[in-house]
Amino acid sequence: MDGKRLTAENRRDFVIGRRFLAWIVFLLVFLFAFETLDALALDAKRTELPNGLVVLHSENHNLPIVMVTAIVKAGQVHESEAKAGTAYLVAELITEGTKNLTSKDISEEIDFIGASLDAGAGADYTTLALSVLKKDLKKGFALFADVLLNPSFPEDELVRVRERAKGFLAQQEEDPSFLADRAFRKEVFGSHPYGRLVEGSPASLDAITRDDLVRFHSDFFVPNNAILSVAGDLTPEELKSLLEEHLGAWKTKALPEKCTMPLHRRDEKKVVRIDKDLTQANILLGNIGISRDNPDYYAVSVLNYILGGGGFASRLMRSIRDTMGLAYDVHSVFPSFREGGMFKVGVQTKNESAHEAISEILRQMRQIRSEPVSDSELADAKAYLTGSFLRRLDTNRKIADFLASVEFYNLGMDYVTKYADYINAVTKEDVLRVARKYLDPEQYVLVIVANQKKVELKE
Amino acid sequence: MKLLRACLVLLVALCLKPLHAAEVQEFTLRNGMKVLIVEEHKAPVATFQVWYRVGGRDEPMGKSGMSHLLEHMMFKGTSRYGPSEFSQLVQKNGGTDNAYTTKDYTVYFQLFASDRITLSVDLEADRIQNLLIDQKEFLSEKNVVMEERRLRYEDDPQNSLFEEVVATAFKAHPYQRPVIGWMSDIRSIERDDLVRYYKTFYSPENAFIIVVGDVDSKDMAQRIRDAFERIPSGSLAMRAEYQEPEQKGERRLTLKKEAELPAVIAAYHVPNFPHEDSYALDIASLILSGGKSSRLYQSLVYQKKIALGAAADYSGFNLDPYLFFLFATASPGISIEDVEKTLYQEIEHLKRSPPSERELQKAKNQIEASFIMGQDSIYVQARQYGMFEMLGDWRLMERYLEGIQRVTAADVSRVARKYLTEDNRTVGVLIPIRKEKSNEWTEKD
Repeated sequence: MDGKRLTAENRRDFVIGRRFLAWIVFLLVFLFAFETLDALALDAKRTELPNGLVVLHSENHNLPIVMVTAIVKAGQVHESEAKAGTAYLVAELITEGTKNLTSKDISEEIDFIGASLDAGAGADYTTLALSVLKKDLKKGFALFADVLLNPSFPEDELVRVRERAKGFLAQQEEDPSFLADRAFRKEVFGSHPYGRLVEGSPASLDAITRDDLVRFHSDFFVPNNAILSVAGDLTPEELKSLLEEHLGAWKTKALPEKCTMPLHRRDEKKVVRIDKDLTQANILLGNIGISRDNPDYYAVSVLNYILGGGGFASRLMRSIRDTMGLAYDVHSVFPSFREGGMFKVGVQTKNESAHEAISEILRQMRQIRSEPVSDSELADAKAYLTGSFLRRLDTNRKIADFLASVEFYNLGMDYVTKYADYINAVTKEDVLRVARKYLDPEQYVLVIVANQKKVELKE
Repeated sequence: MKLLRACLVLLVALCLKPLHAAEVQEFTLRNGMKVLIVEEHKAPVATFQVWYRVGGRDEPMGKSGMSHLLEHMMFKGTSRYGPSEFSQLVQKNGGTDNAYTTKDYTVYFQLFASDRITLSVDLEADRIQNLLIDQKEFLSEKNVVMEERRLRYEDDPQNSLFEEVVATAFKAHPYQRPVIGWMSDIRSIERDDLVRYYKTFYSPENAFIIVVGDVDSKDMAQRIRDAFERIPSGSLAMRAEYQEPEQKGERRLTLKKEAELPAVIAAYHVPNFPHEDSYALDIASLILSGGKSSRLYQSLVYQKKIALGAAADYSGFNLDPYLFFLFATASPGISIEDVEKTLYQEIEHLKRSPPSERELQKAKNQIEASFIMGQDSIYVQARQYGMFEMLGDWRLMERYLEGIQRVTAADVSRVARKYLTEDNRTVGVLIPIRKEKSNEWTEKD
């Protein structure tokens, strides 16, 4: 996936194949949900250190590279509404100065060895990822550990990062997909933290002080609240010595109490219209979905593949793109987090055909709720989901990230072998049952970012 | 613009000689189709790719976007497989397929677990000769491509600016036209245009195959021979030669569009690989924008805080000379003139004093590291071979690496002085038009 995400295909003078967006959606689904896996076991070791840190290791000496991923269970769900963006600022600032190094020292050292060290906050957790050549592993891991354990949150860096974040928020107002997504989350999740942007808002960013960041870091960035995953060219002995040298002093600490806010399905239809001078309507339609630990997860994976997650094999793509020629991209997703999730269908079509596309999405939702899917649809979905696992865990970066997430969601070290069984156990009746349970063609959130006058003109 | 650095590094990464040079099996079929097979057994996966020597530069005037539209139609049915059967068959076997079109070439690929990769041989051997281009499917797909253009360009202010700048920088060379095509051109393409185009360019001698992954190269070679060798050769398509006249004086344009922040793009005409100066231009772009320690980020974003993002971008891997780009988005409240001026100050600085040895070494290290990391993916590996083969020979990879190693600090300043000049640049400025207030309302029912 590294290849795909970063390739030259993002260049502006490059036109990507007919399926690029669909592919991105695939990747997102897999990233969030890891509906992966096949019969071949991934050879990885799990250890829990005395300080509570869980370490996963996949040894692979084919290339002189090492990929490291840390997950710290500290995300949007751990911050208050008034200070939304705290996890985001912490993630942005840990690489901007430590007790020993300035921002420039860190970027200079990382760039000089051609490595990358990136932190990012999300709904449930924060990740810190290091990609480094084997020959520079010592240097790279020392920086990784220093950034994880000893960030100093300099006041001037906070001011700078906060202003830049506000600038990005302002710039994104010109991006229709951003506007649609922000409005959709807000309506679906309400006041739950999942309903907010990870960056918070300009006002909540302004409310965050340096002390807030220091406290958030000291509360949550502790070994008994973290997962470390390593894939690539290093032996267990080398890993052990790195851990002792750089993370040996990391001390266990009791975690703050956390209460979970309940999520409710919307029991009415709600339409949000945002008017902009655009040629296309950017449409999102959906509702609350499922959490990652919901037992329906696998039946929902199959349902989603058939409805709109399976690219050109999906019903939505075949009808709205292939038959009707209304859109380049149409897809459905069920992003699943720890405390809940959402179901959404997304499509972009010229303003004038917005209504036609929405009607077809609703028709497809009704259809899959009223009749069982066909035998061949079920078989094809299972064949793809189970048969593509190996292929999609084909780089060290993907393996490191995957192992960390399997641990985060408590899927078990045998998940790799069990996944195919979970998927293969899904029946047509299961698919029909979860379609009726989670797809509601009457009560839903609908967001339309478009030139509203033209939307009303229809075709 | 956040992606630019990543793209840049990867582009550079695509081009280095493998350190653990894999063995490349290379042969040409009797019909002129070349084949490269690279065994790579680190994971039980493989990729099969067909590269066609045709892209945006080969389209006739008034028909821009034809290569890309044909690429779409390649999935819409042959005499053997119905429309959309292709991808369904691939996915049913746990695979993924896709394609992309550039200024110079068009690529189709699949990724499979290695026990399914032979399916690709059958599918690609079919659509190189039996494409239908059904009229109904064609009309529908044309609409899809117009939606794609709206999505990528019409409603994206920065991408629109990019399109304007490139169109202004070139007068004689077809690189001026966007690969996706102008809207009116897409509309005017007829089915017969595509049929002719397919017949002209999609012949065995105008394409090559690359397979990388967990395959038995002898077995794969035999399967490819069995499936492709009997396809009759056409004639080698003539690719017209174009030469862009020297630019003599700055060209400026503005784009007024609903947007939030102003942005600037400056584009300079520069040589392509393997011109001797292309290596130093690569290094210059990394010194300017390879990571957060690079000059543009440090100056415009970190210290002066006048830009949300600032980057340079150069790739020499084009058939003909293309452009060296500078990009920046202004921070809220900052005038774009100041941002543009500061970009040029950094360029002038590079011209006056050569970079330090450490900066030079850092750029070379970044190229080396991202290349090695790229090898983790068979898809990226296959691309490396393909890009160089497209430019003449996959072995040019070695030449590229040697070229990068030769670059001196003085070279970097020299190429900056030679190419990054006022008279040689085209500058585009995005001027946001903001509605008084964006209207938002909700309805319940």
